[in-house]
Amino acid sequence: MVDTALIGWSRAQFALTACYHWLFVPLTLGLAVIMAVMETVYVVKKDDFWKRTARFWQKIFGINFAVGIATGIILEFEFGTNWSNYSWFVGDIFGAPLAIEGIFAFFMEATFVAVMFFGWNKVGKKFHLASTWLTGIGASISALWILVANSWMQHPVGMEFNPDTVRHEMVDFWAVVTNPVAITKFFHSVLSGWMTGAVVVIGLSCWYLLRKRDVRFARASIKVASIVGIIGTLAVMFTGDGSALHVAKYQPMKLAAAEGLQDGGQRAPFSIVPGVEIPGMLSVLATHDIDGYVPGINDLLNGYETPDGVTGISAGEKMARGDKALEAFSTYRETRDSDPEAAASARKVLEENVDYFGYGYIDNKEELVPPVWLVYWPFRIMVGLGCFLLLLMVAVFWFEHRNRIEKMRWLQWLSLCSIPLVYLAGQAGWVVAEVGRQPWAIQDLLPVKAAVSSLDKGAVMTTFFIFVAVFTLFLAIEIRIMAKAVSKGPEKAPEDSAEQENS
Amino acid sequence: MFEYGFLQQYWWFIISLLGGLLVFLMFVQGANAMIFSSGRTEEERTMIVNSTGRKWEFTFTTLVTFGGAFFASFPLFYSTSFGGAYWVWVLILVSFVFQAVSYEFQRKAGNILGRNVFRAFLVVNGFLGPFLVGVAVGTFFTGSDFYVDKNAIGGLSSPVISSWGNSWHGLEALASVPNLLLGFAVVGLTRVLGSLYMINNISDETLTGKIRGRLVFNAAGFLLFFLAFLVWLFTCEGFAVSEDGTVFMEKYKYWHNLLQTPPVLVIFLAGTLAVLYGILKTSLKKGYRRGIWWTGAGTVLAVTALFMLAGYNGTAYYPSTADLQASLTVSNSCSSEFTLKTMTYVSFIIPFVLAYIAYAWRAMDRTPITAREMDATEDKY
Repeated sequence: MVDTALIGWSRAQFALTACYHWLFVPLTLGLAVIMAVMETVYVVKKDDFWKRTARFWQKIFGINFAVGIATGIILEFEFGTNWSNYSWFVGDIFGAPLAIEGIFAFFMEATFVAVMFFGWNKVGKKFHLASTWLTGIGASISALWILVANSWMQHPVGMEFNPDTVRHEMVDFWAVVTNPVAITKFFHSVLSGWMTGAVVVIGLSCWYLLRKRDVRFARASIKVASIVGIIGTLAVMFTGDGSALHVAKYQPMKLAAAEGLQDGGQRAPFSIVPGVEIPGMLSVLATHDIDGYVPGINDLLNGYETPDGVTGISAGEKMARGDKALEAFSTYRETRDSDPEAAASARKVLEENVDYFGYGYIDNKEELVPPVWLVYWPFRIMVGLGCFLLLLMVAVFWFEHRNRIEKMRWLQWLSLCSIPLVYLAGQAGWVVAEVGRQPWAIQDLLPVKAAVSSLDKGAVMTTFFIFVAVFTLFLAIEIRIMAKAVSKGPEKAPEDSAEQENS
Repeated sequence: MFEYGFLQQYWWFIISLLGGLLVFLMFVQGANAMIFSSGRTEEERTMIVNSTGRKWEFTFTTLVTFGGAFFASFPLFYSTSFGGAYWVWVLILVSFVFQAVSYEFQRKAGNILGRNVFRAFLVVNGFLGPFLVGVAVGTFFTGSDFYVDKNAIGGLSSPVISSWGNSWHGLEALASVPNLLLGFAVVGLTRVLGSLYMINNISDETLTGKIRGRLVFNAAGFLLFFLAFLVWLFTCEGFAVSEDGTVFMEKYKYWHNLLQTPPVLVIFLAGTLAVLYGILKTSLKKGYRRGIWWTGAGTVLAVTALFMLAGYNGTAYYPSTADLQASLTVSNSCSSEFTLKTMTYVSFIIPFVLAYIAYAWRAMDRTPITAREMDATEDKY
């Protein structure tokens, strides 16, 4: 039996790296757009004020960017170091997006971020502006490919199992790329980065307003950020709705866990918090039909039949078919050279049951239920904070537009204090997505316990704590450097004076 | 249009080329290793850090792409080596991770650890990065202690395909002399490349004068280790693969590979000569600054050829000393034909990527870095 402690530590290490990575990436994605818009205004209006504004946020971008890269490389290699079985079993599909990410996106980012940071006096204005946009586009394209990869883990498509090579092999690249889950997830994640960028810019700008300094800069930043943020948040909500449909369809157990729904049915209620429900709402969200059937955890474990005759087979049945698949696989491997007839019949059985291959590793059906509280509560945190932040950004935009924001200290404080909330929302979102997928590394095909590398748990524990120390150190340094940079503020205009800033 | 066999060879070529580019781009590490030894004043150190600081992301990205391309084209290597030689890869990663943040953090107010600590991280990565990459590549010729059993996936008790034969998980590679020779050779080579790069990229007589003066010693160190490695390589027993896929030991295998594949021989010789030419001309001709182009291009060619020696002409590129037949070859470890074909179409974009990199690089490097620029600009590390 694979050591359960090894699985636990390997998961912890991957989760740690992913969570830290997602502290830095969304700000990169969001700030990229905001500072590019600012620089565009500078190039169009030829007003140096906008150049200084863009440059300030580019400085913040730079402080954050490097740590995102540092955590990202570890994430990529951890597929190999800690999930080696996974890497072979699905590497034929999963490796391609990672390679394409490197070739298409990372080089674009690497090339143009250097022009953006160091090229102000070396290249023309338009080349510089293009570089700033290309940095952001590169970051977004890189998000696209890694999310294609992640979505494939949630909803594997475009592949076939090959028992001769003992892996899944890609047969339809286009299906992998246009996986509906990938498209929704891409917009949901990248645009949540816009939210993060916007909330950070608004929050920090409000700090200047609270200190009554750099007021023009702060208000200009708020204006751009709130527009970007509102667009981003609305799109995040829209794609979140699409995401719910996909989860209901492809990962019903994740949905049931996210709702804490033990027993489902038609007109399933949406739980706001335990004990407070909106009748029928979950059916609407999950199926866009108030009479839609949503299976609960028990239904999924014990099997169910919807009123329109669709049956969901029980976990026990799936596990039996998984056992059959694994057994047929072993028979095929044993007989393929010696007894072609036995091999052919084993292969047939394997093909009939291959969709349940992963269930063969499951020892008891309770393993199939992810930790409900760890999906239920993060889901509420994500959605609740998303709604709150939308209201906040609309309010900030409105009062800025009406020239009243400078006087509204409560709103300034609220915006500043909301910075950690947008991070919490983003982290909660990934917890829902990844914990909700458990016990699977790849939905239905490979549980995490069959995906892990054969290592001593001590080795993984050691690297886990090394990464904890390193990432935490980086985070602490980043926050401190950012705080110093913010307190220093944007560059002053040559003819700068406080009156002018406040005029 | 493409045969499966051709695709496997093609992707081994791409991996080889990425390996060559990666070692060339580690001029960043080579130069960083000299921050304190060549840069005596703050001004000089700032110039060194900024000179490599405008290029480090290319090195880093090439490392990531090298990993990604290996994953996509030879996933069994990715799973076997990364999951098995765990500690070597983790150490490489950690050293590069510290490097990634050190540029940005080193001079910033509030960086907690202070400027010199971050620069020390750059120096450590400057040695450790190339050294460990060299040692890891050395195992392509010396072999590693692993097993591969694809049938294991059907077993419930331990469904693990690749397993390592010892609990050192890669650290044992440091006990092999040829691996160490290659490790030190790569360190030496990156120091040479770093020197030549700085001579080209920095316009400061005092600093580049010092670097120029030491070039010959760095070059001598590199050549000593590299020649020793080559002597070993061309006289050792190599891991050959027969037509039916059986792996067996063959005396002088890599020497045979060199002679039996003329294109590799030509690339290897041209590369080695170009490396030497760049070094010699820079050492002998006063004021000559273009040595990096010769030595850099030569490095790409020579290292590419080295990878080709490991994988072409019926050779197991990632041999197992624990179970010879578990050794990885380009044909038993590669992706499916469909994936390789898809990735081949994707690879056609590479010239376009190289073109925009070259364009941006030229635009940024039109004038070399000077002390005056460092003093005047805000846009620096």
